[in-house]
Amino acid sequence: MPSEDAAPPLDVDQILADPGVRIVVCCGAGGVGKTTTAAALALRAAERHGRRTVVLTIDPARRLAQSLGLTELDNTPRQVKGIDVEASGGELHAMMLDMKRTFDDVVLQHTDPTKAAEIFANPFYQAMSSTFAGTQEYMAMEKLGQLHARGDWDLIVVDTPPSRSALDFLDAPARLSRFLDGRMLRLLLAPARSGGRSMFSLVTASFGMFSKVVQKVLGAQLLTDLSGFVAALDSMFGGFRQRAEQTYRILQARETAFLLVAAPEPDAVREAAYFAGRLRDERMPLAGLVLNRVHEPAAELGAAESLAAAERLAGVGGHEGTVEVLRAHAALAQQADREQRVAARFTEAFPAVPAVSVTAQPADVHDVDGLRTIGEAISRR
Amino acid sequence: MAASEQPAESAGRWRGRLHVVTGKGGTGKTSVAAALALGLAAGGRRTLLVEVEGRQGIAQLFDTDPLPYEERHLTDAPGGGEVRALAVDAEEALLEYLDMFYKLGAAGRALRKLGAIDFATTIAPGLRDVLLTGKVKEATTRSVGSRRAYDAVVLDAPPTGRIGRFLNVTAETARLAKVGPIKTQSEGVSALLRSPMTSVHVVTLLEEMPVQETLDAVADLSQLGFPVGRVIVNGVRPPVPAGRAVTAAELKRGLAAAGLPTDARTVAGLAGEARDQRVRRELEDSLRGDLVELGLPLTELPLLPDGVDRAGLATLADALVRAD
Repeated sequence: MPSEDAAPPLDVDQILADPGVRIVVCCGAGGVGKTTTAAALALRAAERHGRRTVVLTIDPARRLAQSLGLTELDNTPRQVKGIDVEASGGELHAMMLDMKRTFDDVVLQHTDPTKAAEIFANPFYQAMSSTFAGTQEYMAMEKLGQLHARGDWDLIVVDTPPSRSALDFLDAPARLSRFLDGRMLRLLLAPARSGGRSMFSLVTASFGMFSKVVQKVLGAQLLTDLSGFVAALDSMFGGFRQRAEQTYRILQARETAFLLVAAPEPDAVREAAYFAGRLRDERMPLAGLVLNRVHEPAAELGAAESLAAAERLAGVGGHEGTVEVLRAHAALAQQADREQRVAARFTEAFPAVPAVSVTAQPADVHDVDGLRTIGEAISRR
Repeated sequence: MAASEQPAESAGRWRGRLHVVTGKGGTGKTSVAAALALGLAAGGRRTLLVEVEGRQGIAQLFDTDPLPYEERHLTDAPGGGEVRALAVDAEEALLEYLDMFYKLGAAGRALRKLGAIDFATTIAPGLRDVLLTGKVKEATTRSVGSRRAYDAVVLDAPPTGRIGRFLNVTAETARLAKVGPIKTQSEGVSALLRSPMTSVHVVTLLEEMPVQETLDAVADLSQLGFPVGRVIVNGVRPPVPAGRAVTAAELKRGLAAAGLPTDARTVAGLAGEARDQRVRRELEDSLRGDLVELGLPLTELPLLPDGVDRAGLATLADALVRAD
């Protein structure tokens, strides 16, 4: 494996077996097999290393979810049955994130039922809890914080949302708390706090103009809804920020291991490199890179050599079957070469980050056996 | 390729003026959108390639500086055409919009400093989308003199998981703005997006998840009343001749005839590769069958062994606008 010579090999089993590691976060671009990787690691932690494990998935493929017994989105971990934990004594629990419900729970926790009902009825809350760019990321963090606080598990494996950018996962909590704590909200709140009816009576001229424009553009009803939303949320500000900061600190702690997941494609590798840089800047513990869907020829025969032989044989005739096999091998070898060049961009930028390649499976994974196979491949056993 | 023949051909195939390109993350929708903008510009036409997610995917693809919120020359197309590019930013779009209607001038900048713009687009995500699609609508319908500014506009849209909500601006804004220009604006956008002028294309790979998301997105979009155009299958490998699997003995004889090593490891390795490939192809065929059942026109784009560089884009552009 020339591509791995540059990077130290990633020993996933060591991470999964380490009692000091309590959180594994899988992050990376969309479409690189993040969810499958998270599920495979969690299964391995339970079966091989006897850990009481929970895997938090964000948006699993239907059949993968079914294989974990996740038939409904109920926002609580369910034990996965039918796995091989007799020898190890581990357990596997799995859950799918319900973003809106998690948000609702946060609200309920921070306020009394009457006020909560008021918040739930507000159109801004409805929009924000279901569509705010970053809500899913924030709620994934919130759920992680909750699972961690419960202390019921030895190991929490987290899949991250298929964000526009993987960075949203790190940025969303800060953004949301900045937003909830921001100047705009304080301006909007000032009149509500002082009990005034006109919410803009106390603010600056340019803000007065802003409110006029907003009224014109969006209609006056919107302002009423907005001020209601903001006033109702006021009591929760502190709680929101505190929790986001808490989770952020957990992510920086030694008990957490970040695994970057990528496929040997330029976009995915660029995203992984970007994320590795961010983790370094934020002083978050990056354990390594899992490079999925790598093509690896089984026969040691160069692409050019194979192709030349295929042409030669085709000229001779009588070996059509072999010609096809050689052509296919040449294509595979070419693809493998290209993938290595792409992957090298990461290792050149982050030579100290351990990496492991996982060979592409001929078919997608949607049962526990498939996850087990992936787990073996990731740990190179 | 005779560039002069292209406009007529492609016009028949790529009906409409606004092409919305979506697809699951990782399927190459940005490359496909860029290739389509390039293909539709061939033969002296002018197209606009738009991105709305702030990813700067177009700049990365064309290896240029980050795109500003401004229509810029991106590249020439064969036969004298031109592709221009624009990265729409919701904040800028809101300022432009406010300026257009309220002549805000410097006050607009003051609002931005105050965080008002960020606030407005954050608190009301539907507002963000209506601003983004509103800008796309403006470019699509803009005229310069008696001529359309662009023969076609290609939008590198959000991925399949978000596309329905992104396009369904009226429903999203109706919850928040019950009257006023934003409501009017969203109704105008909605009318364009549901008209024959628009076509939503879904990019996929022959893999289970992307195909499943394609099927879901097509159902979702159709139900919401958006005209679905084509399904574009990206990264298709050349077909292998159907035939029975080669035996180890045959393979060994063939390798010997070619003067290649015939050790057990090589033979078993090659046979194993052939077997995996067969499994993969059968799965791909069955997935292709699922896509065909949608009853939509299907375009297949070849896997580019060297990745999507400038030459690769030209290959894809050619494959897109060529007749079936």
